[in-house]
Parts: sequence; structure tokens; C-alpha cells
Amino acid sequence: MGRLLAVGGGTLAAVGASSYGTLAWAAGGSDSEKNWHFVKGWPKKAYDEKKTADAMKDFFGTSEATKSDKVSLTAPDIAENGAVVPITIQAKLPKVTRIAVFIPKNPYAMAVAYEIPQGTEPFVSNRVKMAKGSDVIAVVESDGKLYKTSKHVKVTVGGCGG
Amino acid sequence: MASSIRIRAVQQGDIVDVKALVRHPMDSGFVKDSNGKIIPAHFIETLVFEYGGKRIFVADYGRAVSKDPFIEFKFKGGKKGQSITAKWVDNKGKSDQASYKIM
Repeated sequence: MGRLLAVGGGTLAAVGASSYGTLAWAAGGSDSEKNWHFVKGWPKKAYDEKKTADAMKDFFGTSEATKSDKVSLTAPDIAENGAVVPITIQAKLPKVTRIAVFIPKNPYAMAVAYEIPQGTEPFVSNRVKMAKGSDVIAVVESDGKLYKTSKHVKVTVGGCGG
Repeated sequence: MASSIRIRAVQQGDIVDVKALVRHPMDSGFVKDSNGKIIPAHFIETLVFEYGGKRIFVADYGRAVSKDPFIEFKFKGGKKGQSITAKWVDNKGKSDQASYKIM
């Protein structure tokens, strides 16, 4: 556990009760219990696509997205370690329902996808792996339409090939 | 065994800022071990956060999410002292969940 804390800069101290519910709700129970955590199910088809346009089409239903300065993507210009590339996405758009990140030069184009329920801000920060230098494309679904922004990130040491 | 999930949720006005760390290898299936054998893909597929019985955030992860995933998001309407629950399930059907109070 010490190593995990180190990753977070020591800021994530335990603040409450937690339980370790091993396989209880994933292994057994009815179908509805098994699937409680999926809104539309894990998007396997989109994650299996190698090309960004195909993955976008599978996930959002279209690969058409308007470039918009209302979507901001914060990522380093140069990532020294491709295994851990911090990215933050923020949108100044109404009714945001989904956000996805595509990395065209990775073996599989779609890196991560989020569903944003009503009342949650169109903001997310996380860390992704990059095999090599690539554009990083953030796509935001707002009121049924897609908006995107991209940024090129150079990678010194790739994070997918070991 | 300690939980794999750590959450720090802080109320700032009407917004709660949630930072979470999950301990998980997030093996992409592309990396070889020291003997040259491929390490099979093993990654979290879905990580969901709930507050007051409602979903407040869903992350559908792919192979490209870094080891020990970190996530930060913000939601409205959370109250200090109330609990946020996070649950994850991975591609091998393993899972974990934990609840933390908003500070």
C-alpha cells in the first residue's frame, strides 16, 4: 500500500470505512445484478478498433466531430514516460453526456471513455499509456452532438511495449 | 486485506471534487515479462462512482489506462459527511468496492 500512496503524492489518505468485496457481486447473482454497473455495457467493439474513426463510430455512432475551443485538453508537450501520461479534459458545453479519448498511434485507438450523469461537471483528469508520440484527441458529446480538440504529445519512452 | 480503492472527496461550495486511486496492474496484453512471455491483458473495464444511490461518474477503461488508475472528477450536490461509493470490475471478473466520506 505504501507504493500506491507514493503514486498519489501521499494525498490520498484513507478517510472512511472500506470493504473488500472480492468476487461477491461479479461472480454470482442475477443478470441485473451482474450488469448493474454498465449503463450501456462495456464498449468492447469500440475498444477493439485500431482506427480512431472506426472506434468513434462504434462508440458515438458517428465519426463526425466539430473542432471546438470549448473543449480543453491539458497534456504534456513531451511525455518522458509513455506509461503514465496525465491528461485533463474540460468542456464549456451544456448537457455533456460522454467524453472519450482517442490515441491514433496506440495499438487500439480508444484509450478511455466516460459517462457523465446529470449533475456531474464536464471535467475529468486521468493518466493514460502511449506507445509512441501521437495526437491525443478528446471528444465530448454535448446535447447529442460531438465536439473535439486534439494535442500532439511526444513520447520519449513508450508505455505499451514494455 | 486493505481495499484497492482510495478516495479523497472534498466539498468546495456546491461542487465536490473527487480524486481516486485504484490499485490494479492494468496489463495491456502487449508487455512481455523478463522471460519474454506476454503478460495477458488484465485491466479494469468499468469503474463507477455512486452518491446517494445514484451514479455520479462512470469510467469505461481500455487497455491504455495507466497502472494503478488515478481519476479526478467533480459533481454537484454532494454534502460533507455523506459517503461516496466506488466499485470496479475487471476483464477477469474480479471486483472491489469501497465507500469514503466527503470532507
